[in-house]
Amino acid sequence: MKILVCIKQVPQKDAPLKLNEAGTWIREDVSYEVNEPDAYALEEALRQKEKHGGEVVVITAGPTRSQQVLREALAKGADRAIHLEDDRFGALESTNTARAIAAAIEGEKFDLVVTGLQSDDYGAAQTGVLLAEILGWPHATIIIGIEKTDSGVHLKRELEAGHYQFIDMPLPAVLTIQSGINKLRYATLIGIKQAKMKPMRKVSYGEVEAKLSKNLQRIERLYVPVKQKKTEMLEGTPPEVAKKLVEHLRNTVRVI
Amino acid sequence: MGFKFQGFDFIQFDSLLSEDERLIRDQTRGFIEQNLIPIIEQCNREGRFPRELVRPMGELGFYGATLDGYGCSGISNVEYGLLTQELERGDSGIRSFVSVQSALVMYPIYAFGSEKQKEFWLPKLATGEKLGCFGLTEPDFGSNPGGMRTRARRDRDGYLLNGEKMWITSGSVADVAVIWAKLEDEEAEIRGFLVETDRPGFSATDIHGKWSLRASVTSGLSLQDVRIPAESILPTSGGLKSPLMCLSQARYGISWGAIGAAMSCYDAALQYAQQRKQFRNQPIASHQLVQEKLAWMLTEITKGQLLALQVGRLKDRGKAQFQHISMAKRNNVWMALECARMARDILGATGITDDYPVMRHMMNLESVKTYEGTHDIHTLILGQSATGISAF
Repeated sequence: MKILVCIKQVPQKDAPLKLNEAGTWIREDVSYEVNEPDAYALEEALRQKEKHGGEVVVITAGPTRSQQVLREALAKGADRAIHLEDDRFGALESTNTARAIAAAIEGEKFDLVVTGLQSDDYGAAQTGVLLAEILGWPHATIIIGIEKTDSGVHLKRELEAGHYQFIDMPLPAVLTIQSGINKLRYATLIGIKQAKMKPMRKVSYGEVEAKLSKNLQRIERLYVPVKQKKTEMLEGTPPEVAKKLVEHLRNTVRVI
Repeated sequence: MGFKFQGFDFIQFDSLLSEDERLIRDQTRGFIEQNLIPIIEQCNREGRFPRELVRPMGELGFYGATLDGYGCSGISNVEYGLLTQELERGDSGIRSFVSVQSALVMYPIYAFGSEKQKEFWLPKLATGEKLGCFGLTEPDFGSNPGGMRTRARRDRDGYLLNGEKMWITSGSVADVAVIWAKLEDEEAEIRGFLVETDRPGFSATDIHGKWSLRASVTSGLSLQDVRIPAESILPTSGGLKSPLMCLSQARYGISWGAIGAAMSCYDAALQYAQQRKQFRNQPIASHQLVQEKLAWMLTEITKGQLLALQVGRLKDRGKAQFQHISMAKRNNVWMALECARMARDILGATGITDDYPVMRHMMNLESVKTYEGTHDIHTLILGQSATGISAF
C-alpha cells in the first residue's frame, strides 16, 4: 500500500501557553511537537507497511520549523517527505490546507491517506474530511482499527458511549485516526541519523496558490479564561433559601 | 504522583541545537516519560534496578551511542549529552548504568581493544544482550587510582589477576568487567583486561544500605587467582592515562546529566509553588523568597546548559581538554545539588516524600558529586590548569 500521512506541528501540550501581543494566536517562541493523533496515524501507516509492504510518505504544511515533524516521521521509518514550506501555510483554514495538500500530491497515486482526527491546537477536525472531498474519495473518521481486505479496508470506528461501528470501504480512501489506536514507537538513534539521507520535497506557496481561496474564518481574539470567584449569599427563612437554591441549581448552574 | 515535566528553555537554548539534536532529546524524553517515570519511585523504594528497560534502551541505540560501527549509532557528543540529560531527568541511576555501559565499557574496548575484541563485544553490548562494568576504584584507592593494589601476573599463556574493586556500578549484573590492574613486572604499568564475570575466582557482591542511586546496582568485585587468556588484555591500553580517558568520556556525560536532574527539581518546585497556597490565599510563588530561589535555579541551569553545550561543541571538534570537562562536571553537579536542596525547601515537608522526585535526585546527586572525580579533585584539576602548579 502506498500511504500518505498528513502531520501537523502544534505547540507542546504540556508547555506553558503564551499568547501573542495581538491576542490572536500562540507566540512563536513556544516548544512544538507532532500533533498527537497524527503521531498515531503515522504509527498505523508504518504498521500497515510492515504488514503489507509499500511506501509511507509524510506531508506537512507550515513554516520552516515544521520540518521537524517530517524529520521525526522519517526517523521513525517513513520513506520520504513533502513539505509545503511557507509561514502563510500556518495561517490557512482547514479548507485551504486540504486544497494545498491535494495540490501538492497531484500525480501521486496513493491507496490511502491517513491523518489525525483533529489537531491539538485549532481542533477543527476538518482537514482530513475536506481533503477526501477535494480528492473525490470516500472517508471515515475516528478510526481505531484498520484491516486490509481484498476489496479495500475493514475499519473499526469509535462512536459515542462505548459503541463501535464496523465498516468496509474501497480504496483509495481518507481515514482520520483516533489517538491510542496503537502503541507509538520511538525513533532509534540510527533512524534519526539516517533520516537526513531520505528525500524531502519542498513545495512553495506559489506552486499551490492558484488552488487556494480567501480564508472565510479568522480568529478575533484568544484569551486565557479568567478565574472569577463569585459568592452569593442566599437570604431568608430556611424554606425560602432552599427554594432559591433549587432554582439556582436548576436554572443557573443546570445540575439538577 | 508529581507533576508532568513542562520542559526547560529560558533563553531559546533550543535555537542553538540542530534538528537532530532536538529530535534525540525529545525522543529520549518521551521514552523516559513513558517507561521510567511511572516506575522510578517504586524502584527507588525497593532498591531495584529496572532491568526490563535494558533491552528497549538497547533497541533505541542508547549504548555506546557515540561510537561508529559495530552496531553503534554514531551520534555526536552534543547529541549524546542531550541523551544523558534526559536519562538523568528520569534518574541518575539509569544514567549511571548507560554511562558505564557506554563510556566505561564500550569506549575502552573501542579505543584500546583488538579488532577481535571489538567485533565480539561491541555489538552485544550495544543491544544490551551483554552488560559490562568498569573496575578501577578499590577499597583503599579512589581519588588516587595510581595507588591500586590489583595485580596481573604473567602466567603460562595468559594472566592471573588478584585484587579487590569497590563502588562498581553494574558489578553483579555485568557479563564482562573492564579490570584495571598493574602488571607484575619492573615497570608495573597499569593495563586494562576484559574479564568475563563467570570466570573462576571472580565474584561480585552488591553494596546494600545505599541512600543514593538506589535504582542502579553498585557492587564490590573480588578477583582471586582469576585466570584469563593473553588475548583478554586491551592491547593498546597503557598507563593511568587509559582509564582516565574513559573517565573523561563519562564525566562529560555527567555534566549534561546533572542538568537533567536540576531541570526535574526546578520544574517540580515551580509547579508546586504556583499551586501551593499559604498566606492570604495566594500561591507561595508570589513570595519574594520563593521567587529568589526559582530565579537562582533558572539562571544556574541556563548557565549550566551553555557550559555543557560549549564543551560538547569543542569535543565534537576534537578540541575539548580534560580540564574543560572537569569544569563542566564540577559546576553542573554542584549546581544540580543546590537546585535539589532549594527545590526541597520550596516543597516544604512534601519535599521529603517520594510523591515528588526532588529528594531522590538530591540523594542521587550526592553520589554524582563524588564519583568520576570528586568535586574537590576537579577543583584541583582546574587549579592546576590555571596556575601550572599541582596541589594534589
